[in-house]
Amino acid sequence: MALEDICNFKDKPTHKTFPFYASEDTSVSVFTEAFNFKWRGEMTSKKASDVPLEFHVPSLFKRPSSRASHSVSVRRPFPLSHGTTTLGFIFQGGVIAAADTRASAGGLVACPAVHKITPIHSHLVVTSSGSGADCMLWERILTREIRLYQLRHKRRLSISGTAKLLSLMLHPFKGTDVCVALTLCGWDKLIYVCSDGARLQGDIFSVGSGSPYAYGVLDRSLSWSLNKEEAILLAREAVFRATHRDAYSGNNVDLFHVTAEGWRQRQREDLKEEYYRDMEKRGLLGFSNWFTHLFLEE
Amino acid sequence: MEYLIGIQGPDFVLVAADNVAASSIIQMKHDYDKMFKLSEKILLLCVGEAGDTVQFAEYIQKNVQLYKMRNGYELSPSAAANFTRKNLADYLRSRTPYHVNLLLAGYDDADGPGLFYMDYLSSLAKAPFAAHGYGLNKRFILNLHSFNVRLIDKDGIHDMEKLTVGAK
Repeated sequence: MALEDICNFKDKPTHKTFPFYASEDTSVSVFTEAFNFKWRGEMTSKKASDVPLEFHVPSLFKRPSSRASHSVSVRRPFPLSHGTTTLGFIFQGGVIAAADTRASAGGLVACPAVHKITPIHSHLVVTSSGSGADCMLWERILTREIRLYQLRHKRRLSISGTAKLLSLMLHPFKGTDVCVALTLCGWDKLIYVCSDGARLQGDIFSVGSGSPYAYGVLDRSLSWSLNKEEAILLAREAVFRATHRDAYSGNNVDLFHVTAEGWRQRQREDLKEEYYRDMEKRGLLGFSNWFTHLFLEE
Repeated sequence: MEYLIGIQGPDFVLVAADNVAASSIIQMKHDYDKMFKLSEKILLLCVGEAGDTVQFAEYIQKNVQLYKMRNGYELSPSAAANFTRKNLADYLRSRTPYHVNLLLAGYDDADGPGLFYMDYLSSLAKAPFAAHGYGLNKRFILNLHSFNVRLIDKDGIHDMEKLTVGAK
């Protein structure tokens, strides 16, 4: 597949021009050609025009269906829910990205050990939330496009460029059921990209059903001058508090630290241990025993 | 809710936009800039649906800059406003409308200052003062923390002091 791309080998009899529809089979070579920013749709007929009112009109990104219509989409076997807690913040020592590891499908914990933080290249890590399948797919697509850019232009695309590329790739799918909310964590920048089309650069982002709880912890203690250990502790505490209260987040916490030298992954930690450590610290470990003892007495 | 305010004076236009970028109930950013510089003396203020605002505003911005590169002179604010309105109208009549509300503020060396109000149904009105926001047809409600303020006059675009409403 990748070799096909690079050789521009078109296996299909009809060459589909970009934009294509999400419901159709996406031709890989079309995708990459389009994102060389050579518009293959309509262009203005005259390149150098005497009439000063000639505007460049790139081919319109046609969304496959209007927001309400579902005539071409497949009916889902169960309702998707987007339970997760991911966060990222910048401090003097680089960028910390943290996430829980629970994948939920409605009320079922579908998988307790998912990787929600994925490295794209040595200095870029992406945290994902939303639909698991969509996130996995788009992370792979993004990795491929970044690598192809690097091979073609002999330099790495910047983080802002990566975010913009991802945002433009997701734009044709706006209004469909694609649900992807990625936070690109570079070594000095944090950019949130979502399938709605939002692209925001900032210092602190938390995404998912557990994000309000994580924001609460982060907003209280986050400052630029934290050292590395404090920042890691803070990130872990924020994810722990979110998983404690949010039913759709839990199990373990993954932590990545990205600096100018690259990313480093901390070993995955079970939040159950964190919970018992916390209870013991607060002197509440015997609390539940005392409570039941009270009831039994009566 | 997002606010855009514009006031035209005798030889200037004053515009303000709030700084919140929100995703349902979470305020993701407190320092988001909603103003897009189209040229040395034209600003486009844009609010509305999440991805549509930046996509549409950047598209207009790049086309106005392309016009200058191609022809050597800039579009007037009135021409830029009408170009924007035409684009909005064309997309409205397609399957992929852009849901954005806009204010375009500019200073024309020939005609003076101009403020143009546009909404997502691609109406266009040149007005001495205009605003977009929640409840503005009944009363002036401002409960947002901070606003970016800019002034456009014959010398170009000037950043004014950020307005911070209420206790920090």
